[in-house]
Amino acid sequence: MNFTLLITVVLTALTLVAGAFVVAKLIGPRSYNPVKGEPFECGIPTRGSSWMPMNVGYYLFAILFLMFDIETVLLYPWAVAVKQYVAAGVGPYALVSIGFFLLVLVFGLAYAWRKGALEWK
Amino acid sequence: MFDFQIVTTWFDNLLRQTLGLGDFWSILIECVMVGLIILTIYALIAMFMIFFERKVCAWFQCRLGPMRVGPWGVFQVLADVLKMLIKEIFGVDRSDKFLYALAPCLTIVASVGTFSFLPWNKGAQVLDFNVGVFMITAISSIGVLGVILSGWGSNNKYSVVSAMRGAVQMISYEMSLGLCMVIAVVLCGTMQLSGIVEAQTGPWKWLIIQGHIPAIVAFCIFLIAGNAEANRGPFDLAEAESELTAGYHTEYSGMGFGYFYLAEYLNLVVISGLAAAIFLGGWAPLNIGVDGFDAVMNYIPGFVWFIGKTLAVIWVLMWVRWTFPRLRIDHILILEWKYLMPLTLITLVVMTACVSLGLTF
Repeated sequence: MNFTLLITVVLTALTLVAGAFVVAKLIGPRSYNPVKGEPFECGIPTRGSSWMPMNVGYYLFAILFLMFDIETVLLYPWAVAVKQYVAAGVGPYALVSIGFFLLVLVFGLAYAWRKGALEWK
Repeated sequence: MFDFQIVTTWFDNLLRQTLGLGDFWSILIECVMVGLIILTIYALIAMFMIFFERKVCAWFQCRLGPMRVGPWGVFQVLADVLKMLIKEIFGVDRSDKFLYALAPCLTIVASVGTFSFLPWNKGAQVLDFNVGVFMITAISSIGVLGVILSGWGSNNKYSVVSAMRGAVQMISYEMSLGLCMVIAVVLCGTMQLSGIVEAQTGPWKWLIIQGHIPAIVAFCIFLIAGNAEANRGPFDLAEAESELTAGYHTEYSGMGFGYFYLAEYLNLVVISGLAAAIFLGGWAPLNIGVDGFDAVMNYIPGFVWFIGKTLAVIWVLMWVRWTFPRLRIDHILILEWKYLMPLTLITLVVMTACVSLGLTF
């Protein structure tokens, strides 16, 4: 039932987009003017393409994000199990096991920090 | 405590037994009903939020806000929606047509998807996966695609710069957001959102009280990261109107812009609702262990509690938005990577220590 509902929700969202678009197309005015197709950049004619390489800083942070996002994903199953560790009477073991995992990751963050990857250039 | 499940079970029985419909038709009708309810509530909340934001920002700046259309300007939003609908939709000639059209769809899918996770009342929750909060982070990250594709597809230099800024900011703060949810999961022992709220019923059981110091720190980080994730407040770099015209949605006209506008306000509601559900107890009433007081509090229906808490958090976020000046991109990234991220990891370890040593309420 849950996945049926998920599909329902996605379809609802797409219906909202399509519905509002159709209504706007039907009741909105329509006129053609070549200037309307120009990108809006301060009123002067656009020079060159906008699809060009950007500052490398953005990509650097995206790569760092990949590393730490996977870390977050790996933390979820452990987080659910902590209460079971406590119930079994080995609570500190949960702390030690994740402590080691986090240590490796914090080491990674410290390395990136030391290397200057976290500075905006 | 009023359980909304009564209503859904009644409706299911009505379709299956009273009307004698088969499996397929009853599920179809139920899904259509769910869709209609989501659309109605989504639109109503968006309108309410736009009005609320205008009034709040006006009061913060010693103005009155919209006052002309209807009493206290309550019909201003309706007029705006109508205006947006009757505007012509046109795109840029040299844009990437496919990405340009895809971006609003992704933005709306992400915002409606996360919106349906909100627990309004006991049993009144559209999506309730057993991997709830994990699923929420997954769906909300589709929103990043909406931002970056709209900017890239527009073929406008302002939009591309804005999309890059928005994307790097949203993915950075997503980690703190996810880790704060992990902290809540450690305390509750479940990822299911209804289970998290269920764990907060009872005297002094709201997570922010149950988990005392680490939970309060996590709540503050959640609000900051959520504000950045919704591209609002001091973190609205992606649509810094004084330097980037309108940011990634510069080239969208009429309803095309309307989708992003809707999604922005709904993302605020989703973030506040999640903060209220995960840390402030959701629909769980305030119980202090005194019988008479608890009985009175339990008498108030759950959705009133949830909406009240959500509105309080929304108001705090609006207060922040209209008080602080906009940050610079390097400051935003330094704040996340050098301060919030290590702080969240430390909070996680402290919270685990508290749970494993039994130091929670």
